[in-house]
Amino acid sequence: MLLDAFTLQLGYNATLVAIGAALLGTAAGITGTFLFLRKRALVSDAVSHATLPGVCIAFLLMALAGGDGRNLAGLLLGSAVSAGIGLWCMNWLTRNTRLAEDAAIGAVLSVFFGFGIVLLTVIQTLGVGQKAGLEGFLLGSTAGMLYSDALVIAAGGAVTLLLVLLTRRPMTLVAFDPEYAAARGLPVERIDLLMMGLVMAVTVVGLKIVGLILIVALLIIPAVTARFWSERSDHVVLLAGLFGGIAAYIGAALSASAPNLPTGPIIVLVSFALFALSLFLAPNRGVLAAVLRHMRFQRRVHLRQGLLALAQGQAIYESLTLRLLRRAGLLRADGVATAKGQARAAKALRDERRWEVVRGDVTQEAAAALYDGLRDIETVLTVDQIQEIDRRIGGPREVLS
Amino acid sequence: MSGEEFVPLSLTPMLIGVFAAVACALPGNFLLLRRQALIGDAISHVVLPGIVVAFLLTGMISAWPMMLGAAGAAVVAVVLIEAIRRLGRIEPGAAMGVVFTTMFALGVLLLEQSDTSAVHLDVEHALYGNLESLIWLDATGWGSLLDPQALRYLPIELPRMALTLVGVCLFIALFWRALKISTFDEGFARTMGIRTNLLGLGLVITAAVAAVAAFDAVGSIIVIAMFICPAASARMMTNRLEAQIGWSVGFAVLAAVLGYVLAGYGPLWLGGQDAVSAAGMIATVSGGGLAVAAKCGPCRSRAGAPAGV
Amino acid sequence: MSLDAANSPVENRVVAGLDQDAKIAQSPLAVRGLTVSYGEKPAVFSVDMTVEPGQMTAIIGPNGAGKSTLLKAALGIVAPISGRVTIFGRPLAEQRARIAYVPQRASVDWDFPTRVIDVVLMGLYRELGLLGWIKGNHRARALDCLSRVGMADFATRQIGQLSGGQQQRVFLARALAQGADLYLLDEPFAGVDAATEKAIISVLKSLRAAGKTVVVVHHDLATVAEYFDNVFLINTRRVAEGPVAEAFSEESLQVAYGGRLAATQIDQLARA
Repeated sequence: MLLDAFTLQLGYNATLVAIGAALLGTAAGITGTFLFLRKRALVSDAVSHATLPGVCIAFLLMALAGGDGRNLAGLLLGSAVSAGIGLWCMNWLTRNTRLAEDAAIGAVLSVFFGFGIVLLTVIQTLGVGQKAGLEGFLLGSTAGMLYSDALVIAAGGAVTLLLVLLTRRPMTLVAFDPEYAAARGLPVERIDLLMMGLVMAVTVVGLKIVGLILIVALLIIPAVTARFWSERSDHVVLLAGLFGGIAAYIGAALSASAPNLPTGPIIVLVSFALFALSLFLAPNRGVLAAVLRHMRFQRRVHLRQGLLALAQGQAIYESLTLRLLRRAGLLRADGVATAKGQARAAKALRDERRWEVVRGDVTQEAAAALYDGLRDIETVLTVDQIQEIDRRIGGPREVLS
Repeated sequence: MSGEEFVPLSLTPMLIGVFAAVACALPGNFLLLRRQALIGDAISHVVLPGIVVAFLLTGMISAWPMMLGAAGAAVVAVVLIEAIRRLGRIEPGAAMGVVFTTMFALGVLLLEQSDTSAVHLDVEHALYGNLESLIWLDATGWGSLLDPQALRYLPIELPRMALTLVGVCLFIALFWRALKISTFDEGFARTMGIRTNLLGLGLVITAAVAAVAAFDAVGSIIVIAMFICPAASARMMTNRLEAQIGWSVGFAVLAAVLGYVLAGYGPLWLGGQDAVSAAGMIATVSGGGLAVAAKCGPCRSRAGAPAGV
Repeated sequence: MSLDAANSPVENRVVAGLDQDAKIAQSPLAVRGLTVSYGEKPAVFSVDMTVEPGQMTAIIGPNGAGKSTLLKAALGIVAPISGRVTIFGRPLAEQRARIAYVPQRASVDWDFPTRVIDVVLMGLYRELGLLGWIKGNHRARALDCLSRVGMADFATRQIGQLSGGQQQRVFLARALAQGADLYLLDEPFAGVDAATEKAIISVLKSLRAAGKTVVVVHHDLATVAEYFDNVFLINTRRVAEGPVAEAFSEESLQVAYGGRLAATQIDQLARA
């Protein structure tokens, strides 16, 4: 069953949904990266919650006009309109009042959602169309979906992805450095608007699959995950698309393979699993790597400081420093430096003195800027240069008394 | 309207709504000023997995395990957000987005997987509660407020919410000065010996307790709205924190009362027959309050450029 | 710092140790072996500092040299990788009441809903405790501190409505309200008007006259000799420390600033 799901053997609708989800996941991952790099990840939360009143109003209008209120294309159009209004309210609040963006996001999402709930209860009590199934938009539901709906989703996913690919270059520029982009003559405001438009498109297409509460995850989690693996924005964008697509495809396939596995939550959880793996295991920014690096760094700092203190005959107060010196065989248990320790200490102090000369020399500014207390002077200067400095500060002296 | 009708049918839900709104609005003021407004959003989403796990562990729908489960989930969420933010060096908004969506997804999945059809536990209820059902059938009129027999059958949510409100007020009164200093100038607060990290965690836990208690009665959507809208509206009205707190309580009470009345009677006035969701209406009204304050509040602009200049 | 110190490490260390302990015990702010790092590059590396009591000391160095970081680590606002800090010979935690700190203006949200007088009253936090009521005499003291910096007329304004220089003076008034023995100021003269600079320096001088110790992170080399008794030159490491006449020399400026200052400029400054 599971294998069937992954190889798209579960029927026409399930296949369409899985493909649509994968396209949507890719588009969401890429769009979300721009938001994330712009530090506006949660704007998507306001956008998605703001779709609810639109869905309800579209349903009411279509039902009152005598048509089928459940027409997916019509509902999605309504959701886009109300998400647009929500976005406009949010921008207005941050621009014209003292509220920060997070407050504006929270205000818009809660009020629009609250209003949407009111409309939902209106629809329930009016009894139009018996079971409207609009609750499906809260959490997404792909079970029992119509062929036409699946088609809308697959096509929507494809169109959104295409749009994202077409506009990725100016958006990367704006997300990375808006001021530079403005200086280059890019219409930053319009590109921001475009970015929000894409967020809206992703949200609207994703409503039926993952639902409006969880669509945010598709936009945020892949971008955050991708950030762990690369420092280059174009790579982050591509990776986010990849992670998003994979998570959505696996999620949709898994959910089709067994009952009681709702599509949206499964996609989100697969996405999170990728995130958690990256958080811990990514080679550079991952937690494991960072912890190891920090411990190594801390030891270097303490060791170096300990050597300098030894060389200058200062008392050492830090127990970690003492422990490290002893373990390296540089210090005896009674606190007196060993021969090796004295030699290393003299070398450390001498290097400090050399650095001092470098840093006092106008012509060596580039080398001096590299000083951070830990860098070996040999990595910055040539042997000849060091000898030249040594001539200035006098030859090496005997350290042992 | 006569007391015979009002007291049993409307007084208790209205009071519960008011208490819930104020309990959320008070910590909301500080969350707003600390740029943590969306913590309320995150907390209200993770309440669902909390109660589902509590239900799966105890096998029953009863208040205390669920409150504990929800509060536990809120604390887990806050710790996770903080851990991801620090460990992964990710901006707080994105860290929040990762955590609350994942936990919410987990909650929905658990709910679908477990057999909860026999009990009243579903996502819709979690989202918009059921304020209208918290009626006090033993009341016969205003006199019942003094009748111990009738008081025994008050909906349990009322005293619970009142207790929560008292707890929230106590926390804020006790740490008022420390909260104010550390919100304004965290570095300075630390030099005064204020444990700003602990205080911040305390504030978030207080908010979580308020959210959980309110959630039980009125659903999570009201909770998000009440964390943000009253405080945001109050921010437009004054430049003093003390006054801002007062205004926010006013906005919260107004939203709760007006929202409840509109939800219950609005459709009747419009010729409809059934009430609409009170929780949703309260959130909507609080948004209306914010709109008015943002349009006309005397202190709506950022400092340095007073309104009208 | 000379190589001779290494000639007889064992004896020397004992003597230096005793001498140091005495100095540390007397100093309002003593730092030993302090290293602070943001990420992998130390901002402050293995720094020792001993502030002289009852005097005004400037911490100077180029941008990014770790001036503010040193101050923040000394106050426990940022956590160091190694090193220890003592205030009047005791650990920081026991001596909080004796320190007043004036942060950089940019570090707070000036749109915060609070008035000038409320900010000054924040300086009385340790005295008032959690529940103490603000009484008339507290208010009078806060007003007095405001008038010492020339800001009494602005007591009921919202803080965001003040100019940068006025905001800086309010911060100083808050520090005065603390009634501390050691005053630490982070770039108090950055971007303020001449009147404010004058007002602040005269308040600082009156503090010194009252026997208090003042440490200022400073960026304007031209005024160092005029304002301060001592300088502490830092560029990741300590470059020089001592009375202005000795430590504020051409040579140490050259080390601290590298090629960033033209030699002639340094010459002028050192003589000024």
